[in-house]
Amino acid sequence: MEVRKGSSQDPNSAKYKLNQIAAKAYSDAQAAKERGEKVGWCASNFPVELPETLGIPVCYPENQAAGIAARGQGEKLCSIAEDEGYSNDICAYARISLAYAKIKDEPAQNMPMPDFMLCCNNICSCMTKWYENLSKELDIPLIMIDIPFNPDNEVSRDEIEYVKAQFLEAVRQLEEITGKKWSDERFREVMANSCRTSRAWLEATALAAARPSPFNGFDLLNHMAVMVTARGKPEAAEAMELLAREYRENIENGTSTFRAEEKYRIMFEGIACWPWLRVTSTGLKSRGINMVSTIYADAFGFIYDDFDGMIEAYCKVPNAINLETARDKRVRLCNNIGVDGLLVHTNRSCKLWSGFMPEMSRQIGEACGIPVVSFDGDQADPRNFSEAQYDTRVQGLTEIMASRKAGE
Amino acid sequence: MLTLGIDIGSTTAKCAVLEDGRDFRAVSLRDSGVGTDGPQAAFEGVLAELGVSRRDIDCVCATGYGRAAWQDADLRASELTCHCLGGVYVFPGLRTLIDIGGQDAKVISIDAGGSMAEFVMNDKCAAGTGRFLDVMAALLRCPVDSFAEAAARSKSPASISNTCTVFAESEVISQLAAGAAVEDVIAGVCRSVATRVGSLARRLDMREPVCMSGGVARNAAVREALSEYLQVPVLFDERAQLFGAMGAAIYAAKRKSKE
Repeated sequence: MEVRKGSSQDPNSAKYKLNQIAAKAYSDAQAAKERGEKVGWCASNFPVELPETLGIPVCYPENQAAGIAARGQGEKLCSIAEDEGYSNDICAYARISLAYAKIKDEPAQNMPMPDFMLCCNNICSCMTKWYENLSKELDIPLIMIDIPFNPDNEVSRDEIEYVKAQFLEAVRQLEEITGKKWSDERFREVMANSCRTSRAWLEATALAAARPSPFNGFDLLNHMAVMVTARGKPEAAEAMELLAREYRENIENGTSTFRAEEKYRIMFEGIACWPWLRVTSTGLKSRGINMVSTIYADAFGFIYDDFDGMIEAYCKVPNAINLETARDKRVRLCNNIGVDGLLVHTNRSCKLWSGFMPEMSRQIGEACGIPVVSFDGDQADPRNFSEAQYDTRVQGLTEIMASRKAGE
Repeated sequence: MLTLGIDIGSTTAKCAVLEDGRDFRAVSLRDSGVGTDGPQAAFEGVLAELGVSRRDIDCVCATGYGRAAWQDADLRASELTCHCLGGVYVFPGLRTLIDIGGQDAKVISIDAGGSMAEFVMNDKCAAGTGRFLDVMAALLRCPVDSFAEAAARSKSPASISNTCTVFAESEVISQLAAGAAVEDVIAGVCRSVATRVGSLARRLDMREPVCMSGGVARNAAVREALSEYLQVPVLFDERAQLFGAMGAAIYAAKRKSKE
């Protein structure tokens, strides 16, 4: 069978390499566990540079939950957590993770059980309790970093000092738990890798500004697994640079991984609806809509020059900043890339993100002069989505975009 | 040129036939929707009324939740666009349309040219939809069609939650158990729907004139409660339930005329 160049089967393609890196993150952690090393579970917006510098293998429950949900096992694990007494109102990633900690085996995405937990509350408050519960139930240490929600437009010196003290304490705790030692020289390497990976990633995502876009935006949702789990590794930087190169080639050749005529371009807001990824993707593609931009992907591009800069980057993740700053980031993305509409996933799991979206999306729509449509769904619990409702909303959005293009 | 719009909803099926994009020649409505013989009956009914066959129809446009499954369609359009077109046909200059159907509620903002500018829809919950009223009608043993008349007799409307149909159901039972008059509970139920949908409307840049469409539009108690909540007159036409089908026929005519 002939392997299509650039496909997930082509070993020289970025897609293949990125898939390998994402899979290796799990197999490396499993191998380390089997060697007797201490392994952690880590929040996606925890400074991954700390365990990476120390050479400590970590796994990412959010990434695992997304994988389990995308492979159709979300409802099973959510139900197990609910049987344990967890409300179905809490985040489905949390429910899946709490269920996994109980059953310890889910072929859809296994990972080694943790010896410690690394949590950072810059993403949401549910995560704090989720990790605390796991720490208590598994009787393992929890390292918690508090990054306050920032009502201001800049990160103050006081906030950097407050968070820095916690980062340093986290390093001390990790050294104590694992017996490994911090090295400034190694940190500089990790920082360089992380920034190199992030630069390439952000360059690749920005290439969507070309018309047609050189890629289908849903590709980003797969590739970002590497940004979450491996951005401090040199192989991740190389693969992301290859991805950007491939996208540039696509622009030069007039090709794209979006296998349809790009009639409309939209920004997608919110975490992907993993259990219904094919349905949500097909509903757009069948109408010639390419999702060319999402803050969710760009959120994992961290660029900084030193330790303090790293802290500042983690203080500015999307869920820790005020509405106006968050809005302006999205408006810039919409304007730079050029979109005809905004599709908002009102994600039942993510109260924080979905809670401020009605007002933020209204402001984005007004600032960019684009229609805004939202649909109900969930990042991992398939029960919170209705295909017919999604289809009607997307068709309505398409009709508005078509009418505007026709100047009606 | 004859164009036919068929609106296949969750509880009803409606058809409308338009001549030359201007005049409606026939309409039909059946009280059974997606997954029943209602759509076919509505379709055959409207053709029989006109004395024409499918071959005489130049273009059929399907809308509503059953639009994808209707095999005999030349075009498909969302019920959003269709209700908008139907509403503008009946009320030229219309700027806001509030449609409450069997299983969803939507508010559509219409631009000065009569095109849909934006819309908001209900979330997954049935509160604020026709289904909510059906559940309450069964509980109160009063047909939905009699709600307006009953609500008009209310002296002190009960307070009924609009958060959740199941919560509201238990509230209604509690109210009745506490001795509340049925007409007060019915008035409360109608207000509950109106405030739920009214808050959707307030999210948009709501402009007058405002009209209601969909089956629930026939309920004067909901219309009046909505008007009171939004502090604007809410227009009504007897064909409100047919706006989707009429709009689909208009959509088909517009598309045909561009060919």
